[in-house]
Amino acid sequence: MERNPENDVYPTQERSDRETEDATAGADESETVTRTESTAVSSVGPDSGPGPDPGPDPAPNSTPGSGSVASAETDLDPDPETVTFGWEGVRTGFLTCLPVALGVGGYGIAFGVLANQAGLSVAEAVLMSATVVAGASQIVAIELWGDPIPIAAVLVTTFAINLRYSLMGAALQPWFKHLSASKVYGSLFVMADENWALTMRNLRSGDGYGAFLLGSGFAVWLFWVGATVVGAVAGGVVGDPTEYGFDFILAAVFLALAAELWEGKSSLVPWTVALAAAIVAAELVPGRWYILLGGLAAAAVEVIRYDQ
Amino acid sequence: MISDALSLDPLVVGVILGMAAVTVLTKVGGIWIVRRFELSDRLEAGLNVLPGAIVIAVLGPELVNGGPAEWGAAVVVLVVMWRTESILLALCAGVLSVVGFRALL
Repeated sequence: MERNPENDVYPTQERSDRETEDATAGADESETVTRTESTAVSSVGPDSGPGPDPGPDPAPNSTPGSGSVASAETDLDPDPETVTFGWEGVRTGFLTCLPVALGVGGYGIAFGVLANQAGLSVAEAVLMSATVVAGASQIVAIELWGDPIPIAAVLVTTFAINLRYSLMGAALQPWFKHLSASKVYGSLFVMADENWALTMRNLRSGDGYGAFLLGSGFAVWLFWVGATVVGAVAGGVVGDPTEYGFDFILAAVFLALAAELWEGKSSLVPWTVALAAAIVAAELVPGRWYILLGGLAAAAVEVIRYDQ
Repeated sequence: MISDALSLDPLVVGVILGMAAVTVLTKVGGIWIVRRFELSDRLEAGLNVLPGAIVIAVLGPELVNGGPAEWGAAVVVLVVMWRTESILLALCAGVLSVVGFRALL
């Protein structure tokens, strides 16, 4: 992964010129917010790895402008001092995500093939990939597809499978609270599992690239939509993505992220709870509820343990 | 043939846009709530553990459903990540080793 060390810290002035190239639709004035309350230091150069991680997550301080200081529980925060939203972040996100997006493309082809078999036209399959941008739910929807289309089942299943994104989005709040609503919501449109993980990793490293999610999401979107075209046109010609190990890419991205998110003893309880809850839920509940349930169980236990 | 490929059934388009709307709701909903309401320190502590917890919740069942090939490749990813801190190297090593292990095991 490449990183420009000169962009890591104190980017307040240098960044403003990049704002003019801002690639987003809703971009207005430059948005560089300096955190004053945090004593944390941005890491320069390579990420802090699993070993010397400076401490727990930044506190998700959700009260913009209140200036509330990180609580005693979280005073080891590696909080980013600044979060910028500009071309550099888009570019970094896009480039970082390219190899991962290639793997996503493998699934896009599979989705295109399945959509073709389910009777969708190429245009319809591409429309779905371009507007829904959520792989697992699209593949399941296609499996439910029939004549007549079970509309309610498709919509409810889509919602259930994708509800995990609410939790993932909320986890970005410590950084995204510095950004305007249009930038946040625009970026979230292209959020997928893979680029959420990469974004989390980048933001934690202290780069402060608020546009990383948008850039990496655009890479995913491009390959997802392009591969859908290929799959839908090629029909049954293309092989199985598991043959090339593409099915392991998502797990590999998350494993790499787990290695970096590990914070030692403080992670032990929430991670054990999440693991146990997710495994049990995966056995008992259909679909992808287990992700949501695992995350919520860990958060609930942490809320209960607070102060103890 | 070409016109078939480009055909758009109004009902199908409607269902697809419905799926898109529902998905946007899920992607935006969580952060919309935490942006809007003031959270107590206690709730923030809960929110703090979410990233790691979500990652583990995704991984746990995935690895449990896998076999020795996936477990071996998982170890490879972790070791490469720990030694190099390069996600690209870790990814490549993981994918190559899962293909290799699947052929061997």
